[in-house]
Amino acid sequence: MPLQSGGSIRDYSLAFETYGALNADRSNAVLICHALNASHHVAGVYAGQDKSEGWWDNMIGPGKPVDTDRFFVIGVNNLGSCFGSTGPRDINPDTGRVYGADFPVVTVEDWVSAQARLLDALGINQLAAVMGGSLGGMQALSWTLQFPDRVHHAVVIASAPNLTAENIAFNEVARRAIVTDPDFHAGHFYEHGVLPKRGLRIARMVGHITYLSDDVMNEKFGRTLKAPTLPASRGSLPPEGAHPPGGDPAAGGAIRDYLYTTQDVEFQIESYLRYQGDKFSEYFDANTYLLITRALDYFDPARRFGGDLSAALAKATSQFLVVSFTTDWRFSPKRSREIVRALVDNRRDVSYAEIDAPHGHDAFLLDDPRYMGVVRSYFEGIAAERPSPGVAPETTRAGAAP
Amino acid sequence: MSDALIQQSIARLVPKGARVLDLGCGDGALLDLLQRERGCSGYGVELDDANVQACVQRGVNVIQLNLDEGLTMFGDQSFDVVLQIDTLQHLRNAEVMLRETARVGRLGIVAFPNFAHWPNRLSVLLGRMPVTRRLPYQWYDTPNIRVGTHADFSDLAGKNSLRILDAFGLQEGREVRWLPNLRAGTAVFKFERG
Repeated sequence: MPLQSGGSIRDYSLAFETYGALNADRSNAVLICHALNASHHVAGVYAGQDKSEGWWDNMIGPGKPVDTDRFFVIGVNNLGSCFGSTGPRDINPDTGRVYGADFPVVTVEDWVSAQARLLDALGINQLAAVMGGSLGGMQALSWTLQFPDRVHHAVVIASAPNLTAENIAFNEVARRAIVTDPDFHAGHFYEHGVLPKRGLRIARMVGHITYLSDDVMNEKFGRTLKAPTLPASRGSLPPEGAHPPGGDPAAGGAIRDYLYTTQDVEFQIESYLRYQGDKFSEYFDANTYLLITRALDYFDPARRFGGDLSAALAKATSQFLVVSFTTDWRFSPKRSREIVRALVDNRRDVSYAEIDAPHGHDAFLLDDPRYMGVVRSYFEGIAAERPSPGVAPETTRAGAAP
Repeated sequence: MSDALIQQSIARLVPKGARVLDLGCGDGALLDLLQRERGCSGYGVELDDANVQACVQRGVNVIQLNLDEGLTMFGDQSFDVVLQIDTLQHLRNAEVMLRETARVGRLGIVAFPNFAHWPNRLSVLLGRMPVTRRLPYQWYDTPNIRVGTHADFSDLAGKNSLRILDAFGLQEGREVRWLPNLRAGTAVFKFERG
């Protein structure tokens, strides 16, 4: 497959899962595009595996806003990712060696092209809808530009028409953390039998900060100190009449003195970020992180139109639902409004919901009745336009069960 | 926000096939009516979450915006008609929005409760703010923060160089063209940029 960079990739495979049944005229397919660290496993659980819910299981499933009793839902893992589709950990057929840093730079457009080939293989010509949040929303938007005749509806959530300088800056901090990890070995760490976990941890910590709002972080962690653990605790009691250093004074009781340490975990937020970083570094591929953040950086459909997004979106003929969250500062409502404005300029059908949720960028993965409600209503409208699949087997293929 | 009779009356003012922007579109019922019966297209603008979902539910394009933040989303003269039906009285920046309505639409149609309707006058004469079917709120919790009359709007339109193409009242679903400032509960104006 030719790539936007001028390079190409061959002998690649895509991991995917499907849920629900395709209807007789093959008009009820919904493609779900994932963001940075997610996969094709969007809904359901794997039999016999605890905590194996799909990453958008609250949104997609039988009777859920994207109802798999009505729609044939497809989750696909993108090229260059590390959850089953061909990525940097796989063997480069041209060299016989693991790709590592030699994996070609892929773009949002390349992912969409690969997804289109998957649909070809599944015998699906047109999608009832393509849907995604964040980077997934960029893919949904790109679908309407690359294959306007193949998409009836695009649902673009917590996304943006391109990254701001600040967005790119955060990505660059994450990439530098990985690349400067001595275990990175210029991206060929697999051969050295090591993983650049330190870099991945810091990349993930930076990412997590940008997913949350200031308010939610304060509410969740505030200035609460980490509960004393064995090595950290010095067993000292607070002096008589001491005020708690922060958090909720009414919580009382557990007031402890600072540790006066520069390197140990002192605050709860530090503990949380370290935990998230540790967990992430165990399963995520460092080269994948570089590739996916770069795909984010490069996405900019208006670039070839002198920055004129309205001109860029003139090609899009599908109907749109755009959703943003008021406290999302990573992809703020302002960015979603740019998309809406460009669609309005082109007289396209678009609805826009700006959900006043407190959770920042993460809100797109969380339950909010207003958010879930508007997506549900939108998909009910799509379902009403097309024949139902009849008696649908609940879920199929990749072993997801309700 | 408007009842079925007001909607029918307003719909008759909108040219067939018009591209419409409905500011404060509520649950989308009027736009739905315009799309089904008059072949119109366009968007509603609404702030309330439940109304936004109601619009999506009935297949009306809706854009969730706070009108007090302006209409920068929309280009000059980009709609045939801009509607403000029972919206103006809720807006902090009512005058700015009136100018914006005339900027964005070739035609503006505004309807709002006429506080000079005779029962309201009688109520105030008796020393009480009116509470009626059209104005069902107590003075201390009313969302109607702009209290104006049919006659007042004519003055405001003049001040903003709007050319009034039609002006009348609505009462019990009928057009009131004789003494509308006294005899109609709802004031209706159709105008364009002067």
